[in-house]
Amino acid sequence: MTTKIETAERARITPLHAAKDIAVITKRNLLRNIRLPQLLIFATVQPIMFLLLFNYVFGGAIGGAIPPIAQGDYINWLLPGLLIQVAAFGAGQTALGLTEDLSKGVIDRFRSLPMARSAVLAGRTLSDLIRNGFVITLMVIMGFVMGFRYQTSFLGFVAGLLVAMTFAYALSWIMASIGLAVKNPEAAQSAVFLPVFPLVFASSVFVPTQTMPEWLRAFAEVQPITVTTNALRGLMLGQEALADFGPGINPIQALADAPSVGGQVMMSLLWSIGILLVFVPLSVRIYRRTVG
Amino acid sequence: MSNPIVRVENVVKTFPKANVVALDGVSLEFEAGIVYGLLGPNGAGKTTLIRVLTTLLRADSGYAEVAGVDVAADPTSARTLIGLAGQFAAVDDYLTGRENVEMVGRLYNLSSGDAKQRADQILNRIHLSEAADRPVRTYSGGMRRRLDLAASLVGRPRVLFLDEPTTGIDPQSRIDLWDIIKDLVAGGTTVLLTTQYLDEADQLADRIGVIDHGKLIAQGTGDELKDRMGGSVIELHVADDVREDAIDSLVGISTGPATFDQYRGSVRLPAPDGSQTLMNVVRRLDERGIAVQDVALHKPTLDDVFLTLTGRGAEEAEAESEATPAKRRRSRGRRN
Repeated sequence: MTTKIETAERARITPLHAAKDIAVITKRNLLRNIRLPQLLIFATVQPIMFLLLFNYVFGGAIGGAIPPIAQGDYINWLLPGLLIQVAAFGAGQTALGLTEDLSKGVIDRFRSLPMARSAVLAGRTLSDLIRNGFVITLMVIMGFVMGFRYQTSFLGFVAGLLVAMTFAYALSWIMASIGLAVKNPEAAQSAVFLPVFPLVFASSVFVPTQTMPEWLRAFAEVQPITVTTNALRGLMLGQEALADFGPGINPIQALADAPSVGGQVMMSLLWSIGILLVFVPLSVRIYRRTVG
Repeated sequence: MSNPIVRVENVVKTFPKANVVALDGVSLEFEAGIVYGLLGPNGAGKTTLIRVLTTLLRADSGYAEVAGVDVAADPTSARTLIGLAGQFAAVDDYLTGRENVEMVGRLYNLSSGDAKQRADQILNRIHLSEAADRPVRTYSGGMRRRLDLAASLVGRPRVLFLDEPTTGIDPQSRIDLWDIIKDLVAGGTTVLLTTQYLDEADQLADRIGVIDHGKLIAQGTGDELKDRMGGSVIELHVADDVREDAIDSLVGISTGPATFDQYRGSVRLPAPDGSQTLMNVVRRLDERGIAVQDVALHKPTLDDVFLTLTGRGAEEAEAESEATPAKRRRSRGRRN
């Protein structure tokens, strides 16, 4: 018999062992997405439906109100925003996956094994990042089919996608905390959408923030979903995408007043880092407490 | 005991938020190579004790040791020595049986080749080889339990913890699972199992501990426990207004007194001589002119063990622990 499980030496989990554990859990979570067709269908059909609906229903009305850099194509303006919207809603899956594992006793099984403690959370957020990458790729392809064209460079376009993925990963950890705190899948279902809705709609995802009342605008322009959406638009469409070319505004003045692309990218990354700094330790703490 | 494989000393665990004392100073120990059965109603503290021993829960105070390892001080080492099959079959529906077991092997740090080989072995041993490549969602309840058991065996545990391994599965699957567990034990595995069923403890356990309200209230072999009930039990129903008379008239007829089980509305008493005792009882009641509505002779159940040990039935105990915590506290006070 070649299989042998050492005991004395394995009382400590080496970093290599931990990495392997994370990979095993990640793979397990991803298999779920592949094997449960309804998960994949919801994960892909919903964003594409959003893309189609918003573009063809609102596109005509809103097209004129968006910066000229979008060439009057609402899809150019819409796609970067929708990527962030979908990342925000998709992050809820992290909470749902965790609560499901908790309620089915799977996490108890994991915790009774001599594996890395970090692997459950790290594997969950990593598999959700990969799933997000898949959904974003699909949306981008669909966007191109519907007429989306980046106005800067391929490099800027890719940089935008990376900013989006970083933000999605950070959101995943917020949702991990929420999921672990509420524990049961049904409660998680509504708990995860609660914070996401106002953030997504009071942002620049669908419409320019300049059209909002002053008090809302003050909030909308600093919150992470707006700055990340702006960062993506800046990177993919250029500086002009962030300027307010409303009626009666001098275009030169508008450009000068617009937030800089670099600034928005920086702010988005700071938000992501800040979220991770708070919610990674918080999730780990709730995880330890929740399960024992 | 010179070298107990599991040692629990005065373990206390409370859940302050729920106002529940789950373990109220439990001590027990047993040696390697046996099956220890922890018997008690829902809410008695069985699962809590398993969770403490399998490092899932930290005790408030007391000491717990598995195979010489202090589970609180060195949980990682303890985890290399134990296997756990919890109350729910903690298996992934969308993976196949084989993938489930292999995954656990990988998490034990086995190479993927070794994990495959180990999975083959175990699935064979647990009679799941044929269904191994089907997704678990197509499995029956009994098969899921068996797969869960398989997963708990991957690490060649020194002690296997089975929390109510047959609760909620059909009788045939239960017998299959019993056979598998007996097989494992014959192969030298030490098992701590919890159950609500006396017949299950009786079938599987070399030693039985009866737990109630977080305390171990009796310990012994199945026979020893049953001897306390005197072999068989007579359960009889009489009209309410003659119940007291009936109980009085049966004094001295058996090894123990007749008691009234409120939950079932029946009078019970030990029947050491089986049908002979039954005849004596019926004759005595007949002499006194007490009409018997229904009478039965049966093997002692958990209920009888409980009635004898605590003066109340197991179902009653369960109903109590499911009541509000405050109520439970009151009933504790009353008993003490």
